[in-house]
Amino acid sequence: MTPRQPPEQQAPPVQKLRIRYAKTGRARFASHRDFSRAFERALRRAGVPMAYSSGFSPHPRISYANASPTGAATDAEYLEIGLARAVDPGQLRNELNAALPDGLVLQDVVEAGPGSLADGLTASVWEIDLGPVPGDVLAGAVAGVLVSETLPVQRMTKTGMRDFDARPAILALAVIGEGTLRLLVEHQAPLVRPDDVVQALTRIEPACQSGQPAMFHRRYQGSWDGQVLLDPFNGEPLVLT
Amino acid sequence: MSIDTVSPSLFPRLEPLLARVNKPIQYVGGEVNSVTKEWADTSVRWALMYPDAYEVGQPNQGVAILYEILNERDWILAERTYSVWPDLAALMRQHGLPQFTLDNHRAVGDFDVFGLSFATELGYTNMLGALDLAGIPLHAADRREHDPIVLAGGHAAFNPEPIATFIDAAVLGDGEQASLDVSEIIRAWKAEGRPEGRDGLLHRLAASGLVYVPRFYDVDYLPDGRIQRVVPNRAGVPFRVAKHTLMDLDAWPYPKRPLVPLAETVHERYSVEIFRGCTRGCRFCQAGMITRPVRERSIDTIGAMVAEGLASTGLEEVGLLSLSSADHSEIAPITKQLADRYEGTNVSLSLPSTRVDAFNIDLANELSRNGRRSGLTFAPEGGSERMRKVINKMVSEEDLINTVAAAFGNGWRQVKLYFMCGLPTETDEDVLAIADLAARVIETGRAVSGSRDIRCTVSIGGFVPKPHTPFQWAGQASPETIDHRLGLLRDKIRADRRYGRAIGMRYHDGKPGQIEGLLSRGDRRIGAVIEAVYRDGGMFDGWSEHFSYERWVRCAETALADTGVDLEWYTTREREYREVLPWDHLDSGLDRDWLWEDWQDALDDTEVEDCRWTPCYDCGVCPQLNTAIQIGPTGRSLIPITPL
Repeated sequence: MTPRQPPEQQAPPVQKLRIRYAKTGRARFASHRDFSRAFERALRRAGVPMAYSSGFSPHPRISYANASPTGAATDAEYLEIGLARAVDPGQLRNELNAALPDGLVLQDVVEAGPGSLADGLTASVWEIDLGPVPGDVLAGAVAGVLVSETLPVQRMTKTGMRDFDARPAILALAVIGEGTLRLLVEHQAPLVRPDDVVQALTRIEPACQSGQPAMFHRRYQGSWDGQVLLDPFNGEPLVLT
Repeated sequence: MSIDTVSPSLFPRLEPLLARVNKPIQYVGGEVNSVTKEWADTSVRWALMYPDAYEVGQPNQGVAILYEILNERDWILAERTYSVWPDLAALMRQHGLPQFTLDNHRAVGDFDVFGLSFATELGYTNMLGALDLAGIPLHAADRREHDPIVLAGGHAAFNPEPIATFIDAAVLGDGEQASLDVSEIIRAWKAEGRPEGRDGLLHRLAASGLVYVPRFYDVDYLPDGRIQRVVPNRAGVPFRVAKHTLMDLDAWPYPKRPLVPLAETVHERYSVEIFRGCTRGCRFCQAGMITRPVRERSIDTIGAMVAEGLASTGLEEVGLLSLSSADHSEIAPITKQLADRYEGTNVSLSLPSTRVDAFNIDLANELSRNGRRSGLTFAPEGGSERMRKVINKMVSEEDLINTVAAAFGNGWRQVKLYFMCGLPTETDEDVLAIADLAARVIETGRAVSGSRDIRCTVSIGGFVPKPHTPFQWAGQASPETIDHRLGLLRDKIRADRRYGRAIGMRYHDGKPGQIEGLLSRGDRRIGAVIEAVYRDGGMFDGWSEHFSYERWVRCAETALADTGVDLEWYTTREREYREVLPWDHLDSGLDRDWLWEDWQDALDDTEVEDCRWTPCYDCGVCPQLNTAIQIGPTGRSLIPITPL
């Protein structure tokens, strides 16, 4: 055998499926890398006929989009897989759910439509639980955020501390319960995350800190058409509950 | 140790803290194949710990085996716990949260047994950290009736004297049957209403010969600091405690369904131990000495374990483990038939092996049919021919060169060679010979392959003399000696204008090895040093960014001040035949006189053959422990199955 000769090209996928999954409970502490390893192993345990990339080290064809930060719960993560053989999406969902660890659940599996998955994911709805914060304090802070022209925040990135304006990405912010907010945020660069919004709230009103770490829960992801959030799978307006 | 109250889950209290620590996933448990049992449904409960961070401890084979075997019994519960990093440990102290298990987040202090597996002595401070965080008194003598029995196992337990103050008991050797036997004794003692309390249980365990209970033995010292004698202080406990040897590995095919971690760990593969024990007789190798005799798993058990292990985990890499994997009597059919079975899939097979001969290249070729031939690893261990005779690593320079020639001729482009520095009788020239050997490897590689794209990496570790080996009497080389010789070697490789740039050198300085040496051959007086280091903030000694040599030296000086002995006395001092060694009352099956003769043979550059293929050389293990070598070939073969 001659080494160094590139291996044969893999055939392109026969079927592409798009998946919405949830990461809740203790699994919310899984990082995106942790999730992808667990997902790939579940694919193998369930015997899913994956298509593989070409090259010396073939990988199963999986594309991930907009991973939630480690520690956040989510009902609205999305990915796309390429298969070597067509399968029934409902059956794939059931078998993969049986193979995934606790707290990782596939919600929806559909045949990929036209356009890229990422194009349909331009905004997110988050719920933010700040713990026990008095209602008037929180309402005041939210009003403060909404009237601000700019919201300078800082975040540690790989390249060091970075300053940016969180305001343009915030499409809506409202109090929905005790210490609990709902945030509609557009995906921009740099990506504004719910903890950036908490930082902005705390700058306006330090009493927004309850002493407990804030909990984040992504409820929806979709494309923002200027009026409503559209489901990335069927283009219909998402019904927010 | 209560059977009445149910140990509650601490997770609701832990969860808010996890948002504030690094890599929280390592603390949440819930891995695929983990076991959940009701507390009240079981009568004997183990908290199993590998005393290092999750990423190192989770892949440990010993804990994985015991976890499955214990949990297969409906009356036993086994959960796992690992070392907590300082960021979370500080928060846990602040919020009054104790050391917890991952499986159900129960307090370690609520279990009957707190079992720790020590692959290395550098985990001792982490044990103290876990005891402290668990709220269990550090000293065995201070423990209360409800505290767990702290039980040490693993290779380091063959000399548990340095941790004798902290452990209640130690198990020597294979833990499969022994852990079940310990469980039976605890079950019976509880059922009888716990007669004579904690002391009564420890006495039962000691009297059965299952475990070594340090408190039932007194150590007397001579005026010069050497040990005078170690004698039982209690009727009914044995003078010497023997190791456990599991016979018939085919009857114990574990782990069958190992946990699949969500967090990233150091080894992400399904490992099958293809045999246990080794009779190659390398004199530095504690593992080879204390795991005798050789007991093989048969080809069909290995095949079934690989198939089931991959199906139950979804892993893609298989490791065929042992101390010298190419020595399995059926290794050629095993590798070929597994390679056939998984050809065309993404399953990769690896054979961590150290044998230096052309046969190894055939095996490596089988395992790399997909064409990826990057690097091969060999372990000549000694740089010069003379050095290899001293350590009984029977590899001639011609063997090595023929082997690498075969490797380069088969498309391999990189060779990694393992060596040790600081071996008994070693001179500067012995270490410098490593550079000559590496240069010959490059020269051969270029000639055989016709390419200049050839690399050789030499990886060098400092030698640490270990108990129950022929080198247990040897003086350890000082850190200065090791650093000096490594410096000479580095300079020589750098100065080699023809081949130097193709040779990589990887090494560590000699300081951690000296502390490992102190802990390996230490006696009970070392406990005070370990405790002082822990109280001074020392933990995670296996991590270079946490290990502090300066702290160990300082704590050794203070803690040993009144003993008349010191760090050098324990490490660089050569021992005499008559000296009572701290582990002489612990029986690994090896005949002490045979070890001594082998030590003398080493000093005369005399080699000893492998008893699998030559007559018995009377190391003593088989008759002493009533065991025997179990090897094939069976002549059986694997049925070709179609994997997923």
